[in-house]
Amino acid sequence: MELVCPAGNLQGLKVAIESGADAVYLGFRDPTNARHFSGLNFSLKSARTAIDFAHFHQKKVFVALNTFPQAHNWATWRDAVDRAAELQIDALIVADTGVMDYACEHWPELRLHLSVQASATSAEAIRFYHERFDIQRAVLPRVLSLAQVQRVCADSPVDTEVFGFGSLCVMVEGRCLLSSYVTGKSPNNFGACSPGEFVRWTETDRGLESRLNGVLIDRYGDEECSGYPTVCKGRYYVDGTPGYTMEKPVSLNSVPILPNLLQAGVSAIKVEGRQRSPAYVRRVTRILRAAIDSCMRDPETFTPASDGMAELANLSEGSQTTLGAFSRYWQ
Amino acid sequence: MNPTPRLSLGPVPYFWGEKQLRSFYDSAANSAFEIIYLGEMVCAKRRPFSFEGWLALARDLASAGKTVIFSTLALLEAGSELGFLKRLIANGEFMIEANDVAAIQLARGHPFVGGSTLNIYNPRTLEVLAAQGLVRWMPPTELGSGPTEALHQARPANVQTELPVWGRMPLAWSARCYTARHLDRAKDQCGFCCSEYPEGLLVHTQEEQRFLVLNGTQVTSATRLNLLEHLPQILASKVEVLRLAGDHPAVFEAGKLVRTVLDGQLDASTAAQQAVHLTSDDDSDGYWLGQPGMMTAGVPRD
Repeated sequence: MELVCPAGNLQGLKVAIESGADAVYLGFRDPTNARHFSGLNFSLKSARTAIDFAHFHQKKVFVALNTFPQAHNWATWRDAVDRAAELQIDALIVADTGVMDYACEHWPELRLHLSVQASATSAEAIRFYHERFDIQRAVLPRVLSLAQVQRVCADSPVDTEVFGFGSLCVMVEGRCLLSSYVTGKSPNNFGACSPGEFVRWTETDRGLESRLNGVLIDRYGDEECSGYPTVCKGRYYVDGTPGYTMEKPVSLNSVPILPNLLQAGVSAIKVEGRQRSPAYVRRVTRILRAAIDSCMRDPETFTPASDGMAELANLSEGSQTTLGAFSRYWQ
Repeated sequence: MNPTPRLSLGPVPYFWGEKQLRSFYDSAANSAFEIIYLGEMVCAKRRPFSFEGWLALARDLASAGKTVIFSTLALLEAGSELGFLKRLIANGEFMIEANDVAAIQLARGHPFVGGSTLNIYNPRTLEVLAAQGLVRWMPPTELGSGPTEALHQARPANVQTELPVWGRMPLAWSARCYTARHLDRAKDQCGFCCSEYPEGLLVHTQEEQRFLVLNGTQVTSATRLNLLEHLPQILASKVEVLRLAGDHPAVFEAGKLVRTVLDGQLDASTAAQQAVHLTSDDDSDGYWLGQPGMMTAGVPRD
């Protein structure tokens, strides 16, 4: 099982590789990827340096090109495909059908991975992209149960990659418009969920308030940890009951079920978080590296190391982790 | 004179019982709608009708002169869901609306309508899907008038455009059932609790702003898309089909209003105002104007 880690910048990439990543994924400094945040991502020059570094250490580099171009900005995505191919990356992570069609036609040697943003939850959906665009791996959405992951892996014509650790999208990726409903900008149309320019924090008599484009997402008491105001993790009223209506601030941690994922035939474990600091990437990568190595040595007796699990919890949103859709309550 | 667009009635997103559905589709049989989408798009556990029951309803509507299309699930997970999808595709009488690429894969070249969750954002995607049998497409819910118009103008020959003009907007899909979660039930112990909420569960912010609606595994807007004001512009672009969501019995009144505007009997602004009063929802047209979806003409809704 390959460990795929995030690289938000050159330093993050080096740290991920030094900490045990088999592959890193990065994006260009524009809306062609789903972490289009200011100060993040790679210019052509820094991408070239990054790829040289990774290849020197015999590690792979994937480029995320996983947002959806429109008629007026198509050229930006087309040029990004060309740039990635010319950089001789190891795979392009794609979500848009038109982009896949272009990449497949113009760069037939370029390996394509189906992004989680393509929302492929079944082997049939993966087969659609494999037969037409020769995609070689599919990243599975964070909404499938373990039994469903096992079934998709068994039937999939290509490798699969699942999320091991990081922020949890509770909605099907690539089909969530909660961010653009409030701000006009979404992962699909802009490459970012709840962009920072719309976030406001205000101390009030009633507590610390987080707002997204003016909409009150949450209000925190003195003792409470605050979380980034994404719509799905806010506190609202339903039927007069206040609370986390969709999900509380929490991170996904699949380490406890690594042996099951290995047995299912999952080829790669992905760490979310290109927007995180190099220090975060170092700690998470080391823990995941150790866990995967331990699991591969002896999956029968694998148990997650308790210090590693505690550290992952500390690194999580709201200091809490979940098995997400792998847990019974979702199914 | 432009050809008049046809009107379509979207699938019912909520879990209505058999009686309510029959009454709804009795009204549909005698309504302004030429095209009717039937079936379950949200949760496979809901079975108000058997496969044969849906087919019988479709035949009744067809004999009333309606074009019937079967909508398919937007989120496919279990093997049984794919099995039902295969039966739906193979029904032999009615076209399907594909809301996931798995449906296109299984349809193997049969003609289909492409729903808004297929993420058709650019002309190249539209071309690829047309080659797979797509005969009509819907824009993603968040797409504004400019990019939609560009796609419409670039559409391949024999592909039509279908534009949603009225109804709550689908925003997100999850494996988790938020109605069951609200009642602190596991999804496999849901007890079909969503049937208790025929208009979904309204979510307010802590400032009592009407914000979202929970509908099982789906989250929709609390605002109601209302593009009636923009009908002259939409008509000028010769969109072939206008869709109204089947999420409220007032859709038949809304359909009549749209038809009256298309027939030149009522101006669009008056119709838009009248449409606002058909339900208790605030209206919005933000996405169409390239703004946040919850806004109306740039004004936040409270």
